[in-house]
Amino acid sequence: MELYRSHVLVCGGTGCHSSGSSNIIEHFNRDLKEYGIDKEVQVVQTGCFGLCEVGPIVIVYPEGAFYSRVKDEDVTEIVSEHLVKGRIVKHLLYHDSIDQDEEIKSLDEVPFYQKQERIALRNCGVINPESIDEYIAFDGYKALGKVLTEMTPEDVIETIKASGLRGRGGAGFPAGLKWEFTYKAQGDKKYIACNADEGDPGAFMDRSILEGDPHAVIEAMTIAGYTVGADQGYIYVRAEYPIAVKRMTIAIAQAREYGLLGKNILGTDFSFDLEIRLGAGAFVCGEETALLASVEGDRGEPRPRPPFPAVKGLFGKPTLLNNVETYANIPQIIINGPEWLQAIGTEKSKGTKVFALGGKINNTGLVEVPMGTTLREIIYEVGGGIPNGKSFKAAQTGGPSGGCIPAQHLDTPIDYDSLTEIGSMMGSGGLIVMDEDNCMVDIARFFLEFTVEESCGKCPPCRIGTKRMLELLNKIAEGKGEEGDIEKLIELGEGIKVASLCGLGQTAPNPVLSTIEYFREEYEEHIRDKKCRAGVCQALLQYIIIEDKCKSCGLCAKVCPVNAISGQRKQPYVIDQDPCIKCGACMEKCPFDAIVKR
Amino acid sequence: MSDIALDQKEMFDELQKVIDQWKGKEGPLMPVLHSAQEIFGCLSLDVQKYISKELDIPVSDIYGVATFYSQFTLKPKGKYKVGVCMGTACYVKGSQAILDELSKELDMKPGDTTEDGLFTLEATRCLGACGLAPIIMINDDVYGRLETKDIKEIVAKYKE
Repeated sequence: MELYRSHVLVCGGTGCHSSGSSNIIEHFNRDLKEYGIDKEVQVVQTGCFGLCEVGPIVIVYPEGAFYSRVKDEDVTEIVSEHLVKGRIVKHLLYHDSIDQDEEIKSLDEVPFYQKQERIALRNCGVINPESIDEYIAFDGYKALGKVLTEMTPEDVIETIKASGLRGRGGAGFPAGLKWEFTYKAQGDKKYIACNADEGDPGAFMDRSILEGDPHAVIEAMTIAGYTVGADQGYIYVRAEYPIAVKRMTIAIAQAREYGLLGKNILGTDFSFDLEIRLGAGAFVCGEETALLASVEGDRGEPRPRPPFPAVKGLFGKPTLLNNVETYANIPQIIINGPEWLQAIGTEKSKGTKVFALGGKINNTGLVEVPMGTTLREIIYEVGGGIPNGKSFKAAQTGGPSGGCIPAQHLDTPIDYDSLTEIGSMMGSGGLIVMDEDNCMVDIARFFLEFTVEESCGKCPPCRIGTKRMLELLNKIAEGKGEEGDIEKLIELGEGIKVASLCGLGQTAPNPVLSTIEYFREEYEEHIRDKKCRAGVCQALLQYIIIEDKCKSCGLCAKVCPVNAISGQRKQPYVIDQDPCIKCGACMEKCPFDAIVKR
Repeated sequence: MSDIALDQKEMFDELQKVIDQWKGKEGPLMPVLHSAQEIFGCLSLDVQKYISKELDIPVSDIYGVATFYSQFTLKPKGKYKVGVCMGTACYVKGSQAILDELSKELDMKPGDTTEDGLFTLEATRCLGACGLAPIIMINDDVYGRLETKDIKEIVAKYKE
């Protein structure tokens, strides 16, 4: 192995990739060659650093210089100054990564990383995901070696059970129990499956793990195969994740080459292999029985449980299905022992949880925090608060299955049970922050539109019920709401929750029910006063010209597509509300901010 | 035999290779459909029938799967996707006329693709550029403040 004096880590996660990180890598390599230092400095494409907000990110070691929003032209300066002359380019450093004396802080001291504890993401942004050697250098496949040579399947199950690990896909079922059920199930053939069909809008935890540390998932699935007695595994990935698919394909080939997949792994009697299967754009395939149907080549429709997949899963055989993040925890638990995970988190939820932080927040990105961290810590400390001095209104967790959490619950320590108690759920880990400019009726409508589109249509409560709820919400948002609509929504929602076949339908009403619970007055305003306080529901808004601010320039009248604005020189212009179509063109055009939306 | 027919034969040969690779494996349908769509650009009934025969799966099942997932399409999309904004602002400034003009110019209905596979015409939701109404998007290019007489010239640019 060659030795280098410096390492340039460039984030190659999807976020940074879209903002041009692959060009940056090429540029680095080109410039390093030109200076003749390409044998001294190594450029490494890593997985996600998490702080997508300031991407593309480049970190130069050994100094740990954290360069943010790196542009193509910045590369020249970083190479000539930092890598050739050894002078850190301070004006390109991420502002939170240096202290008052402009000294570089270590990553754990950067506010974004301070409260984080990385288990599932431990290798993301650290190693090159396309190199099995780097994974092995960071204790990779050590857990597999230990399991195959020192542990019986019962030992593994006891370890996972004792660690308290719960499924990270949403429902939080104890992982060890699932492993035990599949182990005990009778069958001549068994399967391991990995749910990487991450469909929630605004969630990208699993994608980042697959992109940043694919071998961790392979190692865990192989351990699972040994434990339950399976020799074949399937990873079901969304086709919309091309980088994840590519890196996973490379990783599987490397593992086969090293004898870590295939026949007689590590010289033992145990054989196991993996295959990738692509989804094709159906949200419902995140539900376990629908996912298995899709792998079999059928429409991704769920079926009633029991029998659970542990008893009757893929091709009718016992199948262990976990999600990506759950698997990513397994090797660490094997290496460090169950007590180690037990010591992190809350009483009933052990370990950490990865969240995709988005919406009205300064540090958009991927974070991993111990269970029990409060929403306030995540939003204000890790997330850096809400931009533009706006105030917090709600946090939405769990995507279309979750709910909106209001300010009064900001100090709730987050774990599976506390979130369910306050009407939301952990879900897979999407965490969207909303401020005073977001309308809660509109948010509920947005998620319902999503579930209506994605309902598979098999069971009527979900197929018809969610549609009826959406119609009611549309009515309210259009200013046609009537007394009793809220009650109808609640009644429908409660019915759909208990009567639907699968998790999609059983949780689809949550965004509506939770916003009604915490923001009922907003619904009432929409219905009774025909008013949307956030200024989102177009039908309830009026564009108005403030007389004092209007300079009678006439720009608004010119841009108005329907000629609804009239006026004359030296007199304020006026918008005629009847023809106005509320397109907002006038407000955008006005140079004096004299037009407001109310 | 025309060029198109020859291409078709090559494509089916390609498909056959994929099928041979998956035949006998567990759950071959989804991967075969993914590959077929890549080869042909869409999953036409002929392609579905061919797969049905080769994999011994009823064509009704294949059609069910092909129409269940949003990434599978039964009709090929054109090289250029022409989206006409039908948001309110565009609508009142005459986007219907623009859409009609495009239909006339390209000789097809919204939702269809030209026979040469160059254009797909779609009526889209609001594209959020109401100040430029009425607008159309051709792939990533935005054209705003359009009048029906502009259409011929714009379309001609992409016909070359």
